[in-house]
Amino acid sequence: MDFAFMRDAFLTLIGGVPLTLNLAFMAVGLGAILAMLLALMRMSGLKVLDWPAQAYVFVFRGTPLLVQIFLIYYGLGQFRPTLQEWGLWVFFREPYWCAVFALTLNTAAYASEIIRGGLQSVPYNQVEAARACGMSGILLFRRVIFPIAVRQALPAYGSEIILMVKATSLASIITMMEVTGLAAKLISQTFRAVEVFIVAGLIYLILNFIITRIIMAIEWWLSPHLRRPPAVEPRLEAAHV
Amino acid sequence: MSNGVASLSSQLAPSEAASAVSVQNLRKSFGSLEVLKGVSLSAREGDVISILGASGSGKSTMLRCINMLEVPDSGEIRIGGETIGLKKTRKGMEPADQSQVDRIRSRVAMVFQSFNLWSHMTILENVIEAPVHVQKRPKAECIAEAEELLARVGIVDKRNQYPSHLSGGQQQRAAIARALAMHPKVMLFDEPTSALDPELVGEVLRVMRSLAEEGRTMLVVTHEMGFARDVSNRVVFLHKGVVEEEGAPAEVFGAPKSERFKQFISSHR
Repeated sequence: MDFAFMRDAFLTLIGGVPLTLNLAFMAVGLGAILAMLLALMRMSGLKVLDWPAQAYVFVFRGTPLLVQIFLIYYGLGQFRPTLQEWGLWVFFREPYWCAVFALTLNTAAYASEIIRGGLQSVPYNQVEAARACGMSGILLFRRVIFPIAVRQALPAYGSEIILMVKATSLASIITMMEVTGLAAKLISQTFRAVEVFIVAGLIYLILNFIITRIIMAIEWWLSPHLRRPPAVEPRLEAAHV
Repeated sequence: MSNGVASLSSQLAPSEAASAVSVQNLRKSFGSLEVLKGVSLSAREGDVISILGASGSGKSTMLRCINMLEVPDSGEIRIGGETIGLKKTRKGMEPADQSQVDRIRSRVAMVFQSFNLWSHMTILENVIEAPVHVQKRPKAECIAEAEELLARVGIVDKRNQYPSHLSGGQQQRAAIARALAMHPKVMLFDEPTSALDPELVGEVLRVMRSLAEEGRTMLVVTHEMGFARDVSNRVVFLHKGVVEEEGAPAEVFGAPKSERFKQFISSHR
């Protein structure tokens, strides 16, 4: 193993981290909004909203992300005149926006199910208590349903974020020079696939380690009610002494 | 015969007080099961009414109809003289005006059997939530008042803890403080001590007794015969969706007219 080469490779590939994170966070951010919308459509109780959302989730969960990226990047080019007419071509001619679009659509399908699970797990008696206090509609959602649902959904949503960070590697297929894109380029120059991919894998591992820690910190911060109350702790410490 | 005279006089005596809650001919079915078969009840301001009955008698459903947690199929509910508007839809009856329901609910506080505190908020946050966000009162004022209320129910030292950190009795006292923080005109208690361990029942009943003594209007669905007898000024016994016995505690416990109520009392002694 050539460690000097691996160090150089590391320094090269690290240049792709900003784009990797950019793609991941754009997709997760936009995807969360779309996912929220889809989850509410599914829970609306109206078939006209529920069915399209179900169909959407079925299609985007049931097909490979790579296929979705190809279809958006190559497929939409066939509709160039229409897209130009609608003023959307400025987006879809850019591989960056195609990648963001595909990743967003994909994560939204998974995340909508996570959010729906979170919303459905909100204990009904707490919602009822809020109603009995005169809360309804947006106020009820904002103050009681959503905060509880977020706490329930966060662990699963954390995995989805990690999956998205890794999924950005597929954007290298459509010329994006993120970590995997740079790795592929370096391999074509050096023919040292093993070292380069070890380094690439290591970079993803570091990124996801940091992200996991951040999500754990958020979970910790959001769930004081699941921890032991602070007043009890000194007594426990005393017992240990 | 003497019973009849006594109950008549008790109904007529304190006619000065204004009507707080009036329920007329309430009917409610769940599927094919008719739970309420024309129940009427009225509470004047300052009344403490204990609602008794075996499980399945419809007592909780009736209480939940008063603040529209259940929507009755027919009948009329008036809170402080204001009739709750209902409309018929394809799914059944619904409140005609959600904003009216919200407004009334913010003045009719409810205490639940299983406390139903918001798990993600501290005790203090639970208490100030509705005053700040529903009644839009200044937060500082609400916090000061909440601390007074928590002191009154004896858990001010728990104000920054979460419901899961408290015992059942403490949680229920917090829930009572949350209800009081809304300055309710009427308080509904839905079996407030039924989910508590026996040794925790007393602390909640003590708080409820002190509320009754300061003249609050309370409708209490309960199995606590002692509370019904000693604290309330009227007892209503429901059986299979109808009011089977009603009157001042001394009368109904002293000389029950209904055979079923006699059985009920003896089984709860």
